[in-house]
Amino acid sequence: MARIVVGTEDFDVGAEIAALTAGRTDIGGIGCFVGTVRDTAPGAPEVSALTLEHYPAMTQKALAGIVAEAERRWPLLGCTVVHRVGRMLPGENIVLVLAASAHRQAALDATAFLIDWLKTKAPFWKREDRADGSSGWVEAREADDAAAARWAKA
Amino acid sequence: MIDVLYFAWLRERTGLAEERIALPAGTTTVADLIEMLAARHAAAFANRQTIRCAVNQEFADPSVVLHPGDEVAFFPPVTGG
Repeated sequence: MARIVVGTEDFDVGAEIAALTAGRTDIGGIGCFVGTVRDTAPGAPEVSALTLEHYPAMTQKALAGIVAEAERRWPLLGCTVVHRVGRMLPGENIVLVLAASAHRQAALDATAFLIDWLKTKAPFWKREDRADGSSGWVEAREADDAAAARWAKA
Repeated sequence: MIDVLYFAWLRERTGLAEERIALPAGTTTVADLIEMLAARHAAAFANRQTIRCAVNQEFADPSVVLHPGDEVAFFPPVTGG
């Protein structure tokens, strides 16, 4: 049921929502998260480009597992995850998460869960090129671990 | 033999995307493999706290036991999304 896409191509949010809802009359709400490349980081030089690397053999499996967990926790009627890889410029799309349900709370919560888990459990790595000519791998943030941990089941 | 894959700065610091490693006789865990690899790639494995592992595309703890034919990947904490 879920649509999971990993590739270099950009995505069209409207087209993805249309594809998710095509022919459906049971969906009452769709949660949507779009992650984009930003050029600012606190106390760091401006980012001029981001390159996303991944572990292809594991990525699809990891994303499918995260979606399956969301489907166990919420009554979802559809789900889309699109994650780009390769080189991207500030302002470009990186990731799209859509979660459809009969009611808004499940759609919104599932969307937040999907992006929080994706950020800490899917094998992607960001390398940034900076305006001062330097480049380096982005370090994992504790805030992301905390965001993912809030979905832990007791 | 097992296939060992490296990603992100582990690929850069080892200078390898992947390599084949012969498992020694007896039981080998992920922790044992890390010790073996650290002897070959000291710089890459200098800070083990920042290294994550997957065995056959699933996240794996240091205690996981390896078997011939396994695909073992080492990489930093993920930063996608």
